[in-house]
Amino acid sequence: MAILIRKKPGIKSSEITPKSVYLDRRKFMKHSLATSVLLATDAMLPAWAKKWPDLADSKYSTKDTPSTFEEITTYNNFYEFGTGKEDPAKNAVNFDAKPWSITVEGECSKPGTFDLEDFIQPYALQDYIYRLRCVEGWSMVIPWVGFSLADMLKTFEPNSKAKYVEFTTLYDKSRMPGQKRRVLNWPYVEGLRIDEAMNELPIMAVGLYGDMLPNQNGAPIRLVVPWKYGFKSIKSIVKIRFTETQPKTTWNEAAPKEYGFYSNVNPDVDHPRWSQKKERRIGEPFWKPKIDTVLFNGYGDQVAHLYQGMDLVKNF
Amino acid sequence: MSLNPEDKTIAFVIKPILFTVCLVPFITLVIGAVNNTLGTNPVETMTHETGEWTLRFLLLTLMITPLRRLSGKSWLIKLRRMLGLYAFFYACLHFITYIWFDQYFDWMEVVRDIPKRPFITVGFTAFVLLIPLAVTSNNKMIRLLKKNWVKLHKLVYVIAVLGVLHFLWLVKADTLEPLIYASILLILLGYRAYYQRRKNI
Ligand code: HEM
Repeated sequence: MAILIRKKPGIKSSEITPKSVYLDRRKFMKHSLATSVLLATDAMLPAWAKKWPDLADSKYSTKDTPSTFEEITTYNNFYEFGTGKEDPAKNAVNFDAKPWSITVEGECSKPGTFDLEDFIQPYALQDYIYRLRCVEGWSMVIPWVGFSLADMLKTFEPNSKAKYVEFTTLYDKSRMPGQKRRVLNWPYVEGLRIDEAMNELPIMAVGLYGDMLPNQNGAPIRLVVPWKYGFKSIKSIVKIRFTETQPKTTWNEAAPKEYGFYSNVNPDVDHPRWSQKKERRIGEPFWKPKIDTVLFNGYGDQVAHLYQGMDLVKNF
Repeated sequence: MSLNPEDKTIAFVIKPILFTVCLVPFITLVIGAVNNTLGTNPVETMTHETGEWTLRFLLLTLMITPLRRLSGKSWLIKLRRMLGLYAFFYACLHFITYIWFDQYFDWMEVVRDIPKRPFITVGFTAFVLLIPLAVTSNNKMIRLLKKNWVKLHKLVYVIAVLGVLHFLWLVKADTLEPLIYASILLILLGYRAYYQRRKNI
């Protein structure tokens, strides 16, 4: 089934598909659409049918082999759509991310509420292939489409009192059925220190594998902070607030001894329930040993300076 | 009219059927592992499936006595040993999954891990306690140990409680599933307490 073959990220579609073939295939696609719709979801379409087929690759993208689209979209921690790993893929099918607006408030000169399209319009999208390390001891490599968080935040001109940035997920039980049960204190809130947020690595992601972000991955817009455990990378964001005090973040409030505000990936600081020394790279055969976890998830060159002089065991 | 099937029926029909049915979760896992259909994180699936089946078989074993008393079908007791041994079988698979696919035979790390993580500590305790029960489950041992056999096998209550505690402590936020198991166990233990009290007065 040729139509299901995905392009390798980093290769522009124009490089692998001559124009004539491309047009032919477009025609073929039209004819086989009836069947292919049954077989493939949007994001599984070939490169040339995607929304952002050939973006530039970020210089911070890893060379690690990306996890497959299926892995990334069927194994999710997104409690707003259920607590099982397979729940979000099932329960988010009918989630409608339109219309979507984002409110920016707090310690800045240009607060406001913006329609999603207008909100992301000023920024240059890129492919960012980042490692994601979950606090539960597994990891993936994910080709996001997004833009720099720092660029975005600067637009709103945070003032000198803006010491932290707080993000909030949509709270709407009718659209996010997992919120009907109070497993967490909804809405989900996450936060970063302002210098962490202004670092060059964090992105606001709006896509995956060159196409729109699937619902179960945090559509329509989410944060990605690659040197921190996955739960810091909050999904389906509706509010961004600049604050003077440290935001009360959801997992930290739920179990302060287990989930710190910083939650930097650190093999030397174990979680009470999971050793953090090693991780299982999703997609590796199950009989292979786990791989070693690296401090700051391997992004130390970019972020270690943020924590100079800080006790990372105390500030876990 | 008899509530009890003949011994021959139990030995040659009922037990083989039960034996085969209890093997289904294991066979399903093996087929899944061979065909790579155990989901995105196969080790997690194996750990969870074998862990849950250990707990289920423990509770099934504990269900026999109340069922027998309430229904009058005293022959059910003849199935209890098999269910108990299946609990041990799935516990062994669960432990092997941990040693092999989770820790990859890093014994130093295993030795550090067992006392360190509370949910592993109680799970391991439960597993170790299951061993003497499995070893003394044959007729010869029952005869040899006499009254002590009954005393020894009371450990199954401790094991079941530790098993539920293990589950409760390992979930992150959603305690619904372990609480369901806890409720079932509470009913089974409650029934025994109630029965004892009635017998004593
Ligand atoms: C009688 C003994 C035991 C019982 C009844 C038991 C039962 C369970 C159950 C019900 C689960 C959760 C399954 C799920 O989430 O769906 C589980 C998970 C687990 N068990 Fe056990 N278990 C036992 C012994 C052990 C032992 C001896 C070890 C290791 C030394 C162990 C390690 C684990 C691990 C690592 C998990 C997965 C934790 C996670 O997902 O983070 N268990 N067990």
